[in-house]
Amino acid sequence: MNAIGTEPYIILSMVLFLMGALGVLIRRNAILLFMSVELMLNSANLALVAFAREWGQVDGHVFVFFVMTVAAAEVAIGLALIVNIFRERQSINIDDLQQMRG
Amino acid sequence: MFESPTIAEFVTQSNLASTLPGTLLVAWTLLLVLVDLFAGDEREHWTPLGACLGLGVSFVANLFVYAPAADQQTALYGMFIADAFTGFLNIVILVATLLAVLMSRDYLMRAGIHRGEYYILTLLSSAGAMFMVAANDLIVVFVALELLSIPLYILAAFRSIKNDGGELALKSEESGMKYFILGAFSSAFLVFGAALVYGASGTTNIPQILEVAPAVVDAASSATFYLVVGTALLIVGLGFKVAVVPFHMWTPDVYEGAPTPVTALMSVTAKIGGFAALLRILVTALSVLLLVDGGVAAWQTTISIIAALTLVLGNFVAISQRNLKRMLAYSSIAHAGYIMVALAAAGTAGSADSATQGALVYILAYMFTNLGAFAVVMTIERVDGGGGNIDDITGLARSRPLLAMAMTIFMLSLTGIPLTAGFVGKFMVFAAAVQAGLVGLAVIGVLTSVVSAFYYMRVVVNMYLRDSSGELLPALETVYVRWAINIALAGTLIFGIFYPLASNLVSMVSIA
Repeated sequence: MNAIGTEPYIILSMVLFLMGALGVLIRRNAILLFMSVELMLNSANLALVAFAREWGQVDGHVFVFFVMTVAAAEVAIGLALIVNIFRERQSINIDDLQQMRG
Repeated sequence: MFESPTIAEFVTQSNLASTLPGTLLVAWTLLLVLVDLFAGDEREHWTPLGACLGLGVSFVANLFVYAPAADQQTALYGMFIADAFTGFLNIVILVATLLAVLMSRDYLMRAGIHRGEYYILTLLSSAGAMFMVAANDLIVVFVALELLSIPLYILAAFRSIKNDGGELALKSEESGMKYFILGAFSSAFLVFGAALVYGASGTTNIPQILEVAPAVVDAASSATFYLVVGTALLIVGLGFKVAVVPFHMWTPDVYEGAPTPVTALMSVTAKIGGFAALLRILVTALSVLLLVDGGVAAWQTTISIIAALTLVLGNFVAISQRNLKRMLAYSSIAHAGYIMVALAAAGTAGSADSATQGALVYILAYMFTNLGAFAVVMTIERVDGGGGNIDDITGLARSRPLLAMAMTIFMLSLTGIPLTAGFVGKFMVFAAAVQAGLVGLAVIGVLTSVVSAFYYMRVVVNMYLRDSSGELLPALETVYVRWAINIALAGTLIFGIFYPLASNLVSMVSIA
């Protein structure tokens, strides 16, 4: 039944996580930044589900539900902030956000 | 795994009574939403009053649940732990929130923002911190961290609602946005780290991780790799939250742009939550991780390096800051470094308890002193957010002698001069570090404290010795922020002068 072991899933999730982390560091558009953060969170979800299958428990699945719920809450706040900033400066490039330096 | 429990089993296993300080605060906050709705134009009086009462209710509940003789107990099927550590930090969080609410009352009035949700978000964030210090499970750590952080993202950007087009509005939004991006980024690290630790150990429960960790380490299989990488990612994720080098870049911008009471609150509660989780995860769950000869945890070297970098960078960069809030931001990075020293010391077998107690006393002292310093900065800040530069306090001793005296005591306490709370905290942390064999780290700590005296004393010199241009600073504060300063001052002096008091309070604490 377990034709594929856990490890390929974990490797895939690590690759996705790194892609997300690089996206946050490289991308300058706020929306794309959020998508990268979501990719990181969902790569963690993939790892959790894979581990839950390996251990035959529900704990991992429960964790995934919490992560999904919290991610939704975070996105709501983030989009509200973006809309606010876009109204002020007609731009969501985070490099424009540099009133404070030092 | 879960057979349907009888009612009696459910009551004992869930043990809801011991979660009361946090749950009561959340329930009260939800009621406060209704109060705010019906208070109408009177909300600027009723909502802060209700918030203070809610903090009082939670405080009383905390005293009952954590009576000095009470044993450690778990709740909610082991996901929640109620011990002396939780009880002590709950009190620190509640006092910090009370001071922040008092400051906010004046700040909102001055800024012309009459919004009740400000207080509601503040209380929710503090409830998140209270759940975080009680977390006994990685899932709870994550959810509590988000309950702590998400309201703070909104609060950091709060000033933008009323101002349209002004410079300040953008600063506050910029602050909220930066905090949000870095916060979400660090949460992702935390979740991925938790996932790997779960994969290695098969449980998210912190005491159970402790039970299986030695076997995982001995196995030297892929599970060992997951455990090590997972621990590293957890340290990164929580390192962002507590703002230690090299994860500190967001701190100065966020602290400068956010409304001052929010900055004061986040510089205390977010750090308490992060350090509580770090202590529980590293000391309780992973104290056995890769033990080398001599009983030192493998993560001790990493934490020591982070602590040393944080101490050096935080203190040296603070010297060049002209803006007081930015200076206090770097100072808060430096103080996170001192707490990191205690955390590193907790990695030596046998000194976990004394190091944890040192960290708690340090947090208590830092809470009073830092909130007091931010309250003083708030009183001299202009309505448009300007006036918070180091030159703006020149001659404060002549125009407002009592305020200048309070600020002097806060600066002395931040430096760690005897007879202030800051000294007691630093003393206990350095003593724990020496006891744990980290003499080099303690020396770095003492030397950087000397460096820190330079920028803290510059504030005092500006207030007392430099002559102002003759124009006296206007008295902006009202009665509430004065109360906040008084309470913070009393805490700083009482715990400094009666120095055994703080160490007696934490003498019951043990988390290993």
